[in-house]
Amino acid sequence: MSNAPVDKGRRRFLTVATSVVGGAGAVGVAVPFIASWNPSLRAKNAGAPVEVTGLSKLEDGGIIRVEWRGQPVWVVRRSPEMLEALPEHDDRLRDPKSEEPQQPEYATNEYRSIKKEIFVAVGICTHLGCSPQYLPEEMGDHVNGVQAGFFCPCHGSTYDIAGRVFEGVPAPLNLVVPPHYYVDDNTILVGEDKGQA
Amino acid sequence: MFKRFVEWMDARIPMTKTWNIHLAQYPAPKNFNFWYVFGVLAMLVLVNQILTGVWLTMNYVPSSEGAFASVEYIMRDIEYGWLLRYMHSTGASAFFVVVYLHMFRGMMYGSYQKPRELLWIFGMLIFLVLMAEAFMGYLLPWGQMSYWGAQVIISLFGAIPFVGDDLTLWIRGDYVISGATLNRFFALHVIALPLVLVILVFLHIIALHEVGSNNPDGIEVKKKKGTVDDAEKPKFKFHERFTKKYDIVDAIPFYPYYIVKDLVAIGIFLFAFCYVIFFNPEMGGFFLEPPNFEPANPLKTPEHIAPVWYFTPFYAILRAVPDKLFGVILMFAAIVMLALLPWLDRCKVRSVRFRSALHKVNLTVFAISFIVLGYLGTQPATPTATRIAQIFTLLYFGFFILLWFYSKREKTKPLPERLTS
Repeated sequence: MSNAPVDKGRRRFLTVATSVVGGAGAVGVAVPFIASWNPSLRAKNAGAPVEVTGLSKLEDGGIIRVEWRGQPVWVVRRSPEMLEALPEHDDRLRDPKSEEPQQPEYATNEYRSIKKEIFVAVGICTHLGCSPQYLPEEMGDHVNGVQAGFFCPCHGSTYDIAGRVFEGVPAPLNLVVPPHYYVDDNTILVGEDKGQA
Repeated sequence: MFKRFVEWMDARIPMTKTWNIHLAQYPAPKNFNFWYVFGVLAMLVLVNQILTGVWLTMNYVPSSEGAFASVEYIMRDIEYGWLLRYMHSTGASAFFVVVYLHMFRGMMYGSYQKPRELLWIFGMLIFLVLMAEAFMGYLLPWGQMSYWGAQVIISLFGAIPFVGDDLTLWIRGDYVISGATLNRFFALHVIALPLVLVILVFLHIIALHEVGSNNPDGIEVKKKKGTVDDAEKPKFKFHERFTKKYDIVDAIPFYPYYIVKDLVAIGIFLFAFCYVIFFNPEMGGFFLEPPNFEPANPLKTPEHIAPVWYFTPFYAILRAVPDKLFGVILMFAAIVMLALLPWLDRCKVRSVRFRSALHKVNLTVFAISFIVLGYLGTQPATPTATRIAQIFTLLYFGFFILLWFYSKREKTKPLPERLTS
């Protein structure tokens, strides 16, 4: 056993060095545990586009619901009266001009759609992810003087028939309009922009 | 024979010593009232949850295809499967009943005050883990309410600026709630969180036995060494760990005295527990919600969704705020405020018995707010209901804010020297 005096500087250096190396190792080991929680390759690849047909048979006020990436997507045919009523409540909306990027560029207009009568949206409330109810007639129960719109039963958020959110509700943003394009007059492909393969 | 066995053990592990320190020679104040049974009841429910949970795991299938059907299978085809499941589902609600009462006891008698701050913090951590445990367990039957409840709660994290969306994606492990979410919640619910819970309960009890139990008078039973005549001391033997530094007065050993009292409480509790299990397992939709008898459907939210009753006070606060981020912040703040109680309450007098009328009123208003918010959280969000929820949210937080102001110079009654009853 050596009787050399304790070299405090050296002991301190070794303690710190060991702690740093050990700490780096712990961080490294944490990586796989944390990363394994990310969506798997299978989940990532499951987002294939979905075709919606039968638009020509859809009546005014009718809705088609399809599943895209596990989420509900709505295709609504809006009546002329619904479209006429749209600008009347602009002053009661959070984002009447759709300035937030909740829709593709080609749907950034007063109707939030490519064709003004056909409205395509992801049916998930921007508050906490419930699926709002489509109310073609009874929206007036929730928003004075508005006939048609979407009402979220979970926390009472309200949207007009273009998916624009009203003020004074918990939802912060308009409903999301997914990328989509018209294959022909009768068919929409949801999940892809035109020209994208 | 038994004596030799004990000696053999004691030479190798502190068996008798632990028994004495924590039970047979642990000095507990002699004036505990019925509010002091809920800690033991919480332990009982924890054991019930672990035991029935392990048995349920034997037949439950953690996958989005198999989960709902396997719960039906447990309910219908497994012998006594229905009983095990109802014991578990009723146990979850019972856990929160006793924990809420246990916490309110602490608030009434100032059990969070110095030197019991850490004890209180461990308790709050237990409460948090318990909420996570209950929430994840509720996803497992994969019914409509499981699915949409989880959707809403996970989306709460989406309100965090910048990282919110990535965080929710990471928690779900998919772009929507899916089998990936179900499987990880299963793993956390049956392994990770119960382990953490048991460790926290252990720390909670160790911390309690270090500082000693509070009591309804909120005064210490530990007196300065040498200040108490032998004639005044209780005729019980307490462990020298407690008597070395202090003279103990007005205390009795936990075993057998409080064990016997707790057994009575356990008996009464089990009557109520069994009534629910056998006659009212759904408890009018409060313990098991009707939409959960339908399998999860990602395309359709039930007409009216509400969390299980034990989350509704916080849910009502969330809903009362017409702003996503602020609503989420306020909801979590409602829990953080409770955790900060040891520092928000600056009064030196613990028990409500000797505190000002203002404090009594404030505490009563708080309890009423909690119950009203809990009720509102189960109801649809009409404009009137939202307005009432906003008022009671103010009163809920008002309790803590007022407390901080008046507790510094509170007009309290004189404290007795010794326990009063």
